[in-house]
Amino acid sequence: MTDIALNPAAPASARPARRDIGLKRRYAAERRFKLYGIAAIAIGLFFLVALMYSVFSNGYTAFWQTEVNLAINLDPKIIDPDNKRATDPNVLLTANYPILARNALAEKLGVPATNKPAMRELGKLFSEGVRGQLRDLVVANPSLIGTTQSVWVLTGADIDSAFKGQIDLTVDQTRRKVSDQQVEWMNKLKGEGAMSQRFNTGLFTYGASSRPETSGLGVALIGSLYMMLIVLCLALPIGVAASIYLEEYAKKSRLTDIIEVNINNLAAVPSIVFGLLGLAVFINFFHMPRSASLVGGMVLTLMTLPTIIIATRAALRAVPPSIRAAALGVGASKTQMVFHHVLPLAAPGILTGTIIGLAHALGETAPLLLIGMVAFVANSPVTPLDPSTALPVQIYMWANEAERAFVERTSGAIIVLLIFLAVMNITAIILRRRFERRW
Amino acid sequence: MNLMTERNLEKAVNDKMNAQGNTIKMQGKDVTVHYGDKQALFGVSLDVPEKMVTALIGPSGCGKSTFLRSLNRMNDTIEGCKVGGLLTLDDEDIYNPKIDVVELRARVGMVFQKPNPFPKSIFENVAYGPRIHGLAKNRQQLDEIVEKSLRRASLFEEVKDRLHEAGTGLSGGQQQRLCIARAIAVSPEVILMDEPCSALDPIATAKVEELIDELRENYTIVIVTHSMQQAARVSQRTAMFHLGNLVEVGDTEMMFTSPTEKRTQDYITGRFG
Repeated sequence: MTDIALNPAAPASARPARRDIGLKRRYAAERRFKLYGIAAIAIGLFFLVALMYSVFSNGYTAFWQTEVNLAINLDPKIIDPDNKRATDPNVLLTANYPILARNALAEKLGVPATNKPAMRELGKLFSEGVRGQLRDLVVANPSLIGTTQSVWVLTGADIDSAFKGQIDLTVDQTRRKVSDQQVEWMNKLKGEGAMSQRFNTGLFTYGASSRPETSGLGVALIGSLYMMLIVLCLALPIGVAASIYLEEYAKKSRLTDIIEVNINNLAAVPSIVFGLLGLAVFINFFHMPRSASLVGGMVLTLMTLPTIIIATRAALRAVPPSIRAAALGVGASKTQMVFHHVLPLAAPGILTGTIIGLAHALGETAPLLLIGMVAFVANSPVTPLDPSTALPVQIYMWANEAERAFVERTSGAIIVLLIFLAVMNITAIILRRRFERRW
Repeated sequence: MNLMTERNLEKAVNDKMNAQGNTIKMQGKDVTVHYGDKQALFGVSLDVPEKMVTALIGPSGCGKSTFLRSLNRMNDTIEGCKVGGLLTLDDEDIYNPKIDVVELRARVGMVFQKPNPFPKSIFENVAYGPRIHGLAKNRQQLDEIVEKSLRRASLFEEVKDRLHEAGTGLSGGQQQRLCIARAIAVSPEVILMDEPCSALDPIATAKVEELIDELRENYTIVIVTHSMQQAARVSQRTAMFHLGNLVEVGDTEMMFTSPTEKRTQDYITGRFG
């Protein structure tokens, strides 16, 4: 109305006055709503970016580990002082290998063996893990004894942190975990190219360890893999069979209604309850082994089942009735109709639902804590009955450690888990895109 | 109601004599159909003569599709659907518990309103029926059946170079002929068609109609249609349904020139429907 009043130049009689149908208001509402939407997405993206930044900035260094190259003289006088290795195989297993590494390092840095305090400092430069590393080397090939081998040895976790610049070296040396002397050696070795960061394969192979530099996700990866296989082998056939029966065969009745409601309820049950169920039923009643990925897989199966059933039923329902009618029309029996036509057409949807269910199970922690999978497992499990941990549980355990090197590893493990989840979800999306049908 | 059924019965008897001497292939006696509480058919008695095209006409919701679907028991798949009365194929009650519905549907094939080929190759679409019924002993026989069926559906020439491409990639008219070929492939005795041309353009419709006329030589055909012209063009017998009742049945020519019922006349001339 004011527009007209403000515009005296417009000829009053040229056009009939337009009705005010509130266009301005409607467009304003539309613009406002778009803004709300953009704001909502921006907030979501902000938190995602913040999360990703914090995880990746903390965690990417975990994929590299500082190592020092040593020319180690495998001196038979130290490995086997009594020369009994031909008769006693334990000699090679129990020899004092760290001494060899320390001597090699002392020689490299020109520290006299008589300088005991310096030698002690020196011994902390490399990881105690060198014992196992050299032992494996010698046991695998005893003829190496007496030769000098060039070996990359893990540095201690504190040296690793200092090398990566994660320890503030400006504070007084009494208030940090690496001494000035060690920093000096570190820089010298770095200058010579004998100390550098190498890809951390140990992160994927080592099991639990109290030393950060020799602890890894190996056990957790195997445990998670076993559990995923068990979930897949149990939940997929059971879920698909249940869905097909409910969707295609069962007559609609009060009973099927109750079952339907309860499946949906089951999907909403908190995971910790499934953990308690697993503890009470699988472990206490059936006496299955604790900490085993078999039990973990079964508990996760219970959790994944409703997801798979709901996804499968939706996929079955999405197959158009015309296809069913066509199959029945040429004289297919109901089972033939289901297995020749409906199920193949629903397969992409079922697969997508299954992958999303698996991804969900892969990241599940709470039920595994209750069945004892939160454990210090140093040896790789061979069968699903052996004790093991899982990826998210390993993250949980590392997050409780105080050392700087474990913080890095926690984030590194999160990155590994996120990559697995992303790959699974992307696979699900690709499958859906690739096989999606429109009728 | 009773009056109605009695009259229908009478008509059925009359029809039997009118049916140009053809034997009765399928017969409905006092057929009622309920969907839950709702009754869709109120005692319909209708004969389907052999090797003829019988058209079922009538306004929407009059029960003609319901009647058609009870002829091969496709109604079984609808929850809460109950069929009463007597329906026979070669004088055998098809709702007898001893009758195997799978075998019945192999004998009474069906073509649907919307072309619904399986999302598989053209070959697989046609071969599916013979395969599940074990009609072919080897690959060569199967090839023969597929080719023969496609030829009968006058589709073979158009698709012979792409038998292994998707059936859903064909045009609407070709898809519908593919569905007819699929129905023919299991050598049915009766083919039911539920408005087979309603989703097709006029040219494709003409082709399908031509095909129906050819198929009449070998098959008994029952077709539901909304188009009066189509009923007049392809059928020899026409049955007029209204509100779940059979109003009138007779030779198509008679029905379209001198219907005895006023309702038929009104419908045919477009006064309601």
